[in-house]
Amino acid sequence: MTQSQMTEKNRPDMSVEIAGVRFQNPVMTASGTFGSGIEYSEFVDLNRLGAVVTKGVSNIPWEGNATPRVSETWGGMLNAIGLQNPGIDIFVERDLKFLEPYDTKVIVNVCGKSEQDYLDVVERLSDEKRVDMLEINVSCPNVKEGAIAFGVHADSLFRITEKIKKVAKQPVIMKLTPNVTSIPELARAAEAGGADALSLINTITGMKIDVERRCFVLANRTGGLSGPAIHPVAVRMVYEAAHSVKIPVIGMGGIATAEDALEMILAGASGVAVGAMNFSDPMTTIRVIEGIEAYMERHQVSKITDLIGVL
Amino acid sequence: MSKKKTCMTVIENRAIAEGIYSMVLVCPEGESFGAVRPGQFVGVCCRDGSRILPRPISICDFDAEGKLLRLVYRCAGKGTAEFAGWEAGSEAQILGILGNGYDLSALVGKKVLLIGGGIGAPPLLGLAKSLKQADEAAGAGKVTAVLGYRTNDLFLAEEFRRAAEVIIATDDGSAGVHGNVIDAIRELSPEFDVICACGPMPMLRGVKALAEEKGVKAWISLEERMACGVGVCLGCVTKTAHKDEHSNVNNTRICTEGPVFDAEEVLL
Ligand SMILES: Cc1cc2nc3c(=O)[nH]c(=O)nc-3n(C[C@H](O)[C@H](O)[C@H](O)COP(=O)(O)OP(=O)(O)OC[C@H]3O[C@@H](n4cnc5c(N)ncnc54)[C@H](O)[C@@H]3O)c2cc1C
Ligand SMILES: Cc1cc2nc3c(=O)[nH]c(=O)nc-3n(C[C@H](O)[C@H](O)[C@H](O)COP(=O)(O)O)c2cc1C
Ligand code: FES
Repeated sequence: MTQSQMTEKNRPDMSVEIAGVRFQNPVMTASGTFGSGIEYSEFVDLNRLGAVVTKGVSNIPWEGNATPRVSETWGGMLNAIGLQNPGIDIFVERDLKFLEPYDTKVIVNVCGKSEQDYLDVVERLSDEKRVDMLEINVSCPNVKEGAIAFGVHADSLFRITEKIKKVAKQPVIMKLTPNVTSIPELARAAEAGGADALSLINTITGMKIDVERRCFVLANRTGGLSGPAIHPVAVRMVYEAAHSVKIPVIGMGGIATAEDALEMILAGASGVAVGAMNFSDPMTTIRVIEGIEAYMERHQVSKITDLIGVL
Repeated sequence: MSKKKTCMTVIENRAIAEGIYSMVLVCPEGESFGAVRPGQFVGVCCRDGSRILPRPISICDFDAEGKLLRLVYRCAGKGTAEFAGWEAGSEAQILGILGNGYDLSALVGKKVLLIGGGIGAPPLLGLAKSLKQADEAAGAGKVTAVLGYRTNDLFLAEEFRRAAEVIIATDDGSAGVHGNVIDAIRELSPEFDVICACGPMPMLRGVKALAEEKGVKAWISLEERMACGVGVCLGCVTKTAHKDEHSNVNNTRICTEGPVFDAEEVLL
């Protein structure tokens, strides 16, 4: 039976619930790889996505790092954007307004250099009805101060999660870095701090050297590795996180196909996000959604929730 | 959805100089890109899945309906080496059309100096052709192309001659003026009241200085490493003289607000 011949009734139920928020399907965009959807809305029907997760936003505009900021690597890429963003005021006026009419969930990724920076943004967004969830980026490897410092030590992660939870009105996702020794320890710290969900992985710190010119390829020297090359690492970490906490986990890292997304779901992810592969093909999210549906039909799975964490 | 990755067909792909290739692509039956502007570019996707990022390549030439694209590219690395092997009849995944391109209305009827350094020349060919046509319709205007090469492997020069007056500069002096494009302009003093340039950064700095000295506008096409090519990743930015409307900082996206900029607006 082809997709169009199927009736609504026997279509597999793709909806998932994460921290009380209902998503029409588990497929989201990974922060920083989809802007706020404005540009890709010319390629992709945003109404079909589980959620649009927006680019990290801070209390004031950030200029980001010097260029070159990106470099391709085998099966992936390095980036050191440095969280350039227009600041929360423009974001609310322009980006949130743009997302208003779409039938998809909106998760706003928040970044900061100090604890107060994060709290400012979280507080500013607390009355924004269009924001369904917050994702706190305590895991960006590309900015010198703040950001990742909060995400690599269990005690600081616990503290910042607790503080954010006190002011946040939307459910809070803490986004974890893979650049740590123990994922379970960090996952449990965020849960203990009151996080409503976890997302992982952010990029893996890497470096590329131009041997002809004998120099670093990225101006920042190091950058975050993402794309298919990191997928097995991400699956392992999603599995570890999902098995060490009770709160839901959103998995990301190198998802290019429905199979990649299903690996994460079977490993325990309630949601999945597509990042760098949007650059390769802006339709990747849609292909992943359709592929998961086809898989469920083929395996006669009626609800996607029956697949989450079966391993 | 107005944009997508288009599965085009290669209809020609051949070397036109040492390491320089010309590839012509056609849209699938019944599809087209519509109006294309000279100076816009496409993202050419590699077939080898280990190379995930589209390669930004300028549109060298196009037809009026936007069904045909010609790309002229230099074999600069793994991706472009792969492209060089693509055979006529095979498929190519193309992301685009991307970028702003040149604003013809600001150029028609004027004495336009096109300055192309090396592999920066191809997008100016489409511009020269479009301008020639528009100037003829307007009954005014003149286009001079100053093309800089390393040696006398003067790719595209003959094609430029059909649309513009051509001045050649070569690094080794084997053809035209011995020196770079700026040397050639100083030596031969062509008349111009606006500049359009594409080429390596040192050349663009020279062009910006020349434009300031002569008090004319220069439209320059910039290059930077790109990931998305569509404006979401913020990988491709360049510093700007003023606060950019989109970014809200002194940074602008080359792939979206560019690649063609008013030289006064960008810091090189
Ligand atoms: C707007 C724009 C228009 C361009 N137009 C043309 C053109 O018409 N003809 C042409 O020959 N070249 C053009 N280039 C340069 C072209 O994009 C690179 O030569 C090409 O990407 C090299 O890819 P590669 O895989 O062969 O090289 P590799 O070095 O193997 O590529 C590795 C990565 O670096 C990127 N990269 C390498 N060199 C450049 C560069 N100079 N600029 C941007 N990214 C680079 C690649 O895209 C890839 O992601 C243009 C660049 C830009 C930004
Ligand atoms: C260009 C780029 C920008 C990113 N920006 C952010 C960001 O602003 N905030 C964030 O939490 N993660 C950011 N990330 C990380 C991604 O959201 C994702 O966690 C990571 O890339 C792994 O997924 P992938 O392999 O599918 O890309 C960025 C990644 C890329 C490639
Ligand atoms: S290449 Fe991504 S914003 Fe320009």
